[in-house]
Amino acid sequence: MPLAARAQSREEFFASFDSDALVKSVTGGVAAKRGRVKLELPLLADNGNSVPMKVEVESPMSAADHVKTIRLLSERNPERDMAVFHLGPRTGTAEIVSRVRLAGSQRVVALAELSDGTYWMDTADVVVTLSACIDGTG
Amino acid sequence: MTARIQMQKEAKRGEVIRIRILIQHPMETGFRLDTDMKKVAKNVIRSFVCRYNGAEVFRAELSPGIAANPYLQFATVADASGEFEFSWVDDTGARDAVRESIQVA
Repeated sequence: MPLAARAQSREEFFASFDSDALVKSVTGGVAAKRGRVKLELPLLADNGNSVPMKVEVESPMSAADHVKTIRLLSERNPERDMAVFHLGPRTGTAEIVSRVRLAGSQRVVALAELSDGTYWMDTADVVVTLSACIDGTG
Repeated sequence: MTARIQMQKEAKRGEVIRIRILIQHPMETGFRLDTDMKKVAKNVIRSFVCRYNGAEVFRAELSPGIAANPYLQFATVADASGEFEFSWVDDTGARDAVRESIQVA
């Protein structure tokens, strides 16, 4: 659905995504704290087929304290889990760059699970002008 | 399937090196229709693994939510001279791997 057809502001549109509920569907009810994770996506993507994405987590990446996984979650894509990255002390730094597909404007979530069992998250709002093709009509 | 890898060939011990890989793959979502309006079967790279001298240092599970010709940049600590092996498998079961060597001083 195009953004304008919803007759609501950009803020209202992105606020309609319940990222906390999305995160809890992955962690089994555990809430994630904000901070430490930084998810970078463009504010506006002309084409949802290839959107540059960078995610960083503040962590010493030592044997005792490191990032175990980073997940990219989407509320509007047909598949919730866009990617799961498994890291460890030998990864050195928790930084991943890739390109994602987005089936429409949405709030994307990056969820990091640390070695101490805590979850941290960040979100990014992206307006997608032309969605990634999800059916024959698009 | 072919891939292009960009990484340094030499490193100091303990240095964090960044590895960039671009794999040629359509990453078919399974939602696209062909000219006969039949669904094109889903075919994405399910799993990507980077091994350093045989030990796994990075693994990624991908989905149709990753763009065609997937590009990945990640890091690792250069701790010994040797070989990197990057391997991946897609939904059709096709596997491929590429190797790169590194000199650690």
